[in-house]
Amino acid sequence: MSDYNFAYLDEQTKRMIRRAILKGLAIPGYQVPFASREMPMPYGWGTGGVQVSAATLTPDDTFKVIDQGADDTTNAVSIRKFFERTAGVATTEETEKASIIQTRHRIPEAALREDQILVYQVPIPEPLRFLEPRETETRKMHSLEEYGLMHVKLYEDISQHGQIATSYAYPVKVQDRYVMDPSPIPKFDNPKLEMAAIQLFGAGREQRIYAVPPYTKVVSLDFEDYPFEASKADHACDLCAARDSYLDEVIMDDAGGRMFVCSDTDYCRSRREAGHSGALASPAPAQEVPA
Amino acid sequence: MPELTQPELTQPELAQPSADVYSGGFADPAVASAHAFRAAMDVMARPGTWRPLTGGQAPEGLSIAAASLLLTLCDPDTGVYLAPDVDSATLRGWLAFHTGAPVVAAGDADFALGGWAALMPLDQYRIGSSEYPDRSATLVVELPRIPAPNARLSGPGIKETAQAWVPDLALMQRNAMLYPLGVDFFFTCGSEVAALPRSSQITAEG
Repeated sequence: MSDYNFAYLDEQTKRMIRRAILKGLAIPGYQVPFASREMPMPYGWGTGGVQVSAATLTPDDTFKVIDQGADDTTNAVSIRKFFERTAGVATTEETEKASIIQTRHRIPEAALREDQILVYQVPIPEPLRFLEPRETETRKMHSLEEYGLMHVKLYEDISQHGQIATSYAYPVKVQDRYVMDPSPIPKFDNPKLEMAAIQLFGAGREQRIYAVPPYTKVVSLDFEDYPFEASKADHACDLCAARDSYLDEVIMDDAGGRMFVCSDTDYCRSRREAGHSGALASPAPAQEVPA
Repeated sequence: MPELTQPELTQPELAQPSADVYSGGFADPAVASAHAFRAAMDVMARPGTWRPLTGGQAPEGLSIAAASLLLTLCDPDTGVYLAPDVDSATLRGWLAFHTGAPVVAAGDADFALGGWAALMPLDQYRIGSSEYPDRSATLVVELPRIPAPNARLSGPGIKETAQAWVPDLALMQRNAMLYPLGVDFFFTCGSEVAALPRSSQITAEG
């Protein structure tokens, strides 16, 4: 660890990121430009989230990283190891024990507390980017609060598919002012954006940081006659039988066999340890499953 | 890029800097600034709450909290305005030695430091532009003591409402009305810090 400055980044870079985070918290949902640095991982692997985490971590923190809900995938493991090595912080896979959680594309199932911080990795921070490619124009649209184009997009979804077909990175309006991309979380997670924890968003390649303070009003865009609906696979988890968690569909064989499992691995594990058992779970190793 | 105006200092003061200039920085900058930032972020995300903020010590009666904020957030990229009540050759020297931040006029400042009365008028500070509302000043307001709450806050970071003290109710309400433009405030007293972002809605208590 002594080979690096604490949490890898130099102090001046951290100050620059910290100033951006403070302005982001003061203007919820507004994308603050920042001078994103080269990180020892490719763009698209969470360089924005990593820089925000590095500027936020203290040696007393317990750090957790999830990649689409899982603690044990390549991206999550390598970022966790990165901070173990460069910051010497404690790490955990348990949501409850973590003080900072860096996430790629999920919000943990367990409700977060006031003393926790959720750091999102964001690929495209601009919700209007696929509708208007020019940064000069999208910036003007945000400044004029001109979000008609986004509603037209959602309307076209309805006219083509009979419903709003956007299922992830579902746009939200923050505190009645800025339309924000919540990063590509499933729209199932959108209602959880109003939470007790501080939420920080970092987009490394696009050089933007934004934030949502605790209890900030976050509304998913919709229409009166087509209200927003947080959807998930209509199934129970095949390992822990949870009906309230977001599920991944896993193809089991070439004959159409499949199973649904919680995308939040820690949530699923803690439920199985508490004795819950799904349809395809292997028999509980030791303890009796209560009837 | 705003022109950096460096108010002139008299030669004798420059020639004999006080020993205070070199003391009082963070003992372990990486770790101390990380802790200090977490306190600053926490209060900015939860308007109205006071938190301990320690680690830095500036000369001549500046609070520990304000000194720690400057050490955490200021560097050669940020212009700092020192209000007349805190401005001194020693503090300028301390700021230059520990942060490298240039001292600038109020209208160019990223951070402004001083007592409430000395920092006024509020409209001399940058409030950002509609396309870049983040390009606005942050005021660090030194308080002799933590006053009793006189206002009720609501908005981002506040579950329902929060009690808080604001220095000038009408002026702060006007700042909030500029949203998303406006300036943001840190209040410092001894080793305690609180914040008031522009996003908070402010009503008189009672």
